[in-house]
Amino acid sequence: MLKIEKLTKAFGQNIAVDAASVAIERPQMIGIIGRSGAGKSTLLRMLNRLTEHTSGTIHFDGQDITALKGAAKRTWQSQCAMIFQQFNLVPRMDVVSNVLHGTLNRRSTMATLFNLYPTEDIHRAIDILDRLGIAEHAPKRAEALSGGQQQRVAIARALMQDPKIILADEPIASLDPMNAQVVMQALRRIHEEDGRMVIANLHTLDTARRYCDRVIGMRAGKIVFDATPDKLTTSMAREIYGAGAEFSESATSTEIEALDAQEKAKMEAEAYV
Amino acid sequence: MADTTASTRDLGGIHDDYMALTRQKRLYSLVLLIIFVALMVAGFSVAGGRNAGSFWGGLDNFFDYPSELVIEASGKLSEFPAHFVTFFPALVETVNIAAAATLLGALAAIFLSLLSTRGMARFPALIPVFRRLMDISRAIPEIVVALVLIFILGGGPVPAMIAIAIHTAGALGKLFSEVNENADLKPLDGLTSVGATWGQKMALGIIPQVAPNWLSYALLRFEINVRASAILGFVGAGGLGYELKNAISWGQGRYDEAAAIFLLLFITIVVIDQTSSHYRDRLTHGAKSERRS
Repeated sequence: MLKIEKLTKAFGQNIAVDAASVAIERPQMIGIIGRSGAGKSTLLRMLNRLTEHTSGTIHFDGQDITALKGAAKRTWQSQCAMIFQQFNLVPRMDVVSNVLHGTLNRRSTMATLFNLYPTEDIHRAIDILDRLGIAEHAPKRAEALSGGQQQRVAIARALMQDPKIILADEPIASLDPMNAQVVMQALRRIHEEDGRMVIANLHTLDTARRYCDRVIGMRAGKIVFDATPDKLTTSMAREIYGAGAEFSESATSTEIEALDAQEKAKMEAEAYV
Repeated sequence: MADTTASTRDLGGIHDDYMALTRQKRLYSLVLLIIFVALMVAGFSVAGGRNAGSFWGGLDNFFDYPSELVIEASGKLSEFPAHFVTFFPALVETVNIAAAATLLGALAAIFLSLLSTRGMARFPALIPVFRRLMDISRAIPEIVVALVLIFILGGGPVPAMIAIAIHTAGALGKLFSEVNENADLKPLDGLTSVGATWGQKMALGIIPQVAPNWLSYALLRFEINVRASAILGFVGAGGLGYELKNAISWGQGRYDEAAAIFLLLFITIVVIDQTSSHYRDRLTHGAKSERRS
């Protein structure tokens, strides 16, 4: 389905993504991990064509994505939804309008300027919001919602695009643990129920382990790990993050249970003393 | 079972409510569009009726004057350098009037704007007073102030400078206070907590935040003031306007001088614009050497 070959992005002297090659045969939920600056965001942004690549190719269902221009490029972007860390909604517009932005590629500029969306689209937008459990906020301004709710509006906008791929760039990095769980479960459900491919940059290991079918590890622009989560050993994780022996997974965890596990380990350690 | 029906009925309600809201919004846009079109049509017909000639008939002659000016001036291109030399002192006088007026006006505008912005004002109760003061200085056309002052003080650059400065204080004060409103008030809390005076808080807490925008508005105003001071030359304030009035109104074969004056004004404005963007960039992003590190 999706084939990335030797994709490279250089900012001047810095190489953000260095000859990344990934092949994905069927819709999977994929987590990309790595420390900040490893090139995770740049990789996703190149997939959506938000950032231009320096060299290499991306093929999706046989189509060369990197060669697209103008309307064809915008059509690709509409099929390849993006979810951002800071939600990137239009704060002063209401929630449903923000979700309806997912259909912009199919509508003319004049029609959208005068808010002339088809009634079916408006109903579908509200149904999607209902699926994500925030339908009652439909008429509110996006800025009036909490972070977790805003991220779900962003997911609704992505679903409104009816995309083949959903890219999520650190979707839970600005959220508290409870909201992070709701958002990750929503993404997982979309993958399972609709069979859409989801690729998410994640900043915690346990999230990747818990929700993803496949984990890709990046370090300094290179892909250093690509396998199922159970192959992700602690020593492998240390290598991806370039960390020493003091690295422990539960220390970076955002899961509430992880706290219990830590407590328990501490208690046990004390018991031995 | 009852649960699901309740939730679907609820969802139907949300659908209906939002559709009603959308219909209302569309109605508003339609009404606005109708008002806009009606105003345009009505305005045109009123203006057309009041016009001495006809708008559409006169449109053909629209470019006659500029084209005559350009044709005549281009015939005497060789005399342009001499004209530039002749009019340069007048230009310096005009720019001088504008610069002095902008400086004085901007200084007054800084105080007026700080005193009339909620959250920063030294005397919050007097905010409306300072606002009205700015309104008044904006409302009176500078040409009226200049004419009155010329009557009192006699012709020359000083009355023009005062007239423009008064207008600038009002106009910039309004723009500055809008910039102030977007400034972050948290640094003020920080400075209040260490016992700073009002002047210290403004100078150290607000001005670093707003200076780039202030500067760009002030330089835009400087540009406008160069033109304003050229116009005031028509009523006896001296400078480039006086020369332009002579060149244009006594007509007959002096269009080359008029063209040279227009060119001088144009070049001056381009120079101000370029300088403005350069310094604004420096102020917002820091000098290039700092930016690297």
